[in-house]
Amino acid sequence: MAKLNLLLLLVLIVCALGLVTSRHESRKLFTELEREQERARALEIEFGQLQLEAGTWGLHSRVEKIATGALGMRAPDPRRVRMVEVKGEPRR
Amino acid sequence: MSAVGVPMMVRLPAWRARFTLVVLLAAFLVLGARSVYLQSMNTSFLQGKGEARYSRVLEVPATRGRVVDRNGEALAISTPVKSVWAIPEDVNATAPQLKSLAALLSIDARELDRKISEAEREFVYLKRQIAPETAARIAGLGIPGIHQQSEFRRYYPGGETMAHVIGFTGVDDVGQEGIELAQQAVLAGVAGSRRVIKDRLGRIVEDVESIRAAQDGRDLVLSIDSKIQNLAFGALKSAVETHKAKAGAIVVLDVRSGEVLALANLPTYNPNNRARLTGAQLRNRVMTDSFEPGSTLKPFTVGLAIETGRLTPESTIQTAPGTLTIGSYTIHDAHAGAAMSVAQVIQKSSNVGAAKIALAMPREEMYDLFKRVGFGAAPRLGFPGEASGRLREAKTWRPVEQATMAYGHGISVSLIQLARAYTVFARDGELAPLSLVRTGAPAAGTRVFSPEVARALRAMLEAAVQPGGTAPRARVVGWRVGGKTGTAHKQENGAYAAHKYVSSFVGFAPVSEPRLVIAVMLDEPSAGQYYGGQVAAPVFSQVMQGALRLLGAPHDAPLAPIELPGEGDEVKENT
Repeated sequence: MAKLNLLLLLVLIVCALGLVTSRHESRKLFTELEREQERARALEIEFGQLQLEAGTWGLHSRVEKIATGALGMRAPDPRRVRMVEVKGEPRR
Repeated sequence: MSAVGVPMMVRLPAWRARFTLVVLLAAFLVLGARSVYLQSMNTSFLQGKGEARYSRVLEVPATRGRVVDRNGEALAISTPVKSVWAIPEDVNATAPQLKSLAALLSIDARELDRKISEAEREFVYLKRQIAPETAARIAGLGIPGIHQQSEFRRYYPGGETMAHVIGFTGVDDVGQEGIELAQQAVLAGVAGSRRVIKDRLGRIVEDVESIRAAQDGRDLVLSIDSKIQNLAFGALKSAVETHKAKAGAIVVLDVRSGEVLALANLPTYNPNNRARLTGAQLRNRVMTDSFEPGSTLKPFTVGLAIETGRLTPESTIQTAPGTLTIGSYTIHDAHAGAAMSVAQVIQKSSNVGAAKIALAMPREEMYDLFKRVGFGAAPRLGFPGEASGRLREAKTWRPVEQATMAYGHGISVSLIQLARAYTVFARDGELAPLSLVRTGAPAAGTRVFSPEVARALRAMLEAAVQPGGTAPRARVVGWRVGGKTGTAHKQENGAYAAHKYVSSFVGFAPVSEPRLVIAVMLDEPSAGQYYGGQVAAPVFSQVMQGALRLLGAPHDAPLAPIELPGEGDEVKENT
C-alpha cells in the first residue's frame, strides 16, 4: 500500500513539473506569436506606404511629363497603328 | 500563603485550561470561516483584484480600408502617423532642446514657446499627424512632458485629378466628402480590445479573452480607370483654361456595365493639403449641379415621336421661316431653314423643328419619357448631394413649355443624368444602371426605345458630328462617333442671362458597337467662343480618342485624317 502511494506521489510530481514546463513553453510560443503578428502588422503598414510611394512615382501626369519632355515620346499617329487580332481570343 | 522554599503543587482551576482551549478553537473557527468566506463568497472580487495586477486591456486599432481604381492602383491609403502633445506644466527643457524640437516640428520657436507656457492648460497639441520617423527623433530628445499618440492619416496619390470622386476624411478619420463619405460604413474599421496577461518585462504572455474583435475596414474597388480619368482631367483642364470658363465637368461611362470610368470637375483641390478650401472647389458639378441641358435633349423628343409611330426619320418638318410663335413667346433658329427631314432637325439642331415635333405629342408621354430616362430623380449612386434636377409634373406644362422642353429649356438635369440618358441610344434602347464600384460585368438595363429606334437615332447623332452638323470637331480618327451639342443660356435670378452660356456635348463611340458615353460641360466660357460644338466637342474628341485606344476598341472607320471645317462653315445652334 505504501509503495503504491509512493509511486503515485512520484507520478504526481512528474505531472506537476510537466504542467509547469508546458505552461512555460506555451507562454514562450505565445510571445513569439505576438511578435510575429506585430511584424505582420508592420509589414502591412509598410506595404501601404510602398503602394503610396509607387502611386506617387507612377502618377500618370508625371509619367506623361517625363515621356514627352525628357524622353521625347509621343502617341503614335492612329494611321500608323495596326490592330492585330489574336486567334482564339474572343474580341473584347 | 505557604512557607517560603517549599514547593507546592498548585492546582489551577480546570476552567482556565478549558477557556484557553475554547479561545484557541474559536480563533481557528474564525480563520476557517474567514477562509470559507474568501474562497467561496468573495472569490470574484479577489480574483479581479489579482488580475488587475498583471492583466491589461489593450486597444486593437483598426485600419480604414483602401480605395483602389479598377486596375488596383491606389487612390486612398491610410498610414500611421504620430501626433505630438504636451502637458505644459511638466515640460522641462533646455533652450537648445526646444530649438531642435521646434525645428523637428517645423514650427516657429516662439510659437512653440507660447504653446508650452500656457500654464492653465493641461493638454496642448504641438502638431498633429507627423511622419513616424520625425516622431521617433522627437522621442529621442527625451524632453519630459512631451508625449505622442498614434493616429492614422489618409493619403491620396491621385491628388486633384481624383479629388471629387474620392473626397477626403477629416482629422478623426471619418469621411467628409465623395466616396469617403458615401462608403463610410464599408471603409471604416471598428477598433477592438482584448485582455492579456503581461509578465514582469511587459511582454504579453497570454491572451485571456478578446473583448471585441477589431474589424479592419474593407477595401473598395472603384469603377474609375485612373488612366482615362487622367486623360479626361487633362483635356478638361486645358479647355477650361483656353476658353476661360468658370467651371467645367466631364464624365465617362462604360456603356455595357454602366460603370463610371472617369469623373472630373474644375475648379478642383488637392485632398492632401486642404488649407483654404472654397465651396466652388469642393463642388462636384457632375453630380450635384443641375443645368438646362439645351439641344442635347432633342434626340429624346425625336426618339419618342419615332417610337410612337408619329414620324419616321425621313418625315419632313417645315421649319421655315425659322421662328415659331406660341402665345407671346417666339422660338428662334440660328439658321433659318426650310423643310427639313427629322434627321436634319437633329443634325442642324433646329429648335423650331424640335418644338413642332413635341407639340404633336401629348405632354404626358413626354413627361413619361423624361422620367424613364432618369430625369427628375437622383441617380442614387450613394453619392452625397446628388441632384435630381427639375422636371415638373406634366399637368402643369403649358404648350410653350412643352415646346421649349423639346430642346432642353425649362427642365434641368445633372451631367451624370444626361450621360446616363444617352446610354439609351448607345445600348440599343436600354437605359444602363450606374455604378461607381467595379462590377466588371454587363448590367441589365431597362428598355426605353426599341433597338430600331435607338439605331436610327444613332445614325442621326452620327450625322450631327459630320461636316454640315453642329459638332464636326467631335470626330476622332479611326472610330465613328455620334453625339449632340448643347449651348444654353444660363439662368440668373429667374431670367436668362444674355451672355452667359453653358456649353455641353454628349456623345458615344464607336457607333457600330458603342463602348463609351462621354458628357462634357463648360460653364460660362468667356474667351469669345461659346458654342458647344467649338468648346465642348473638342474635349469629347480628345478624351474619346485616347480612351478607345486604351480600351483597345476595334476601329470601325478608316484611319484618314479629319478635315476640320473652316471658320464659318459650322452649323451653330443657339440652345
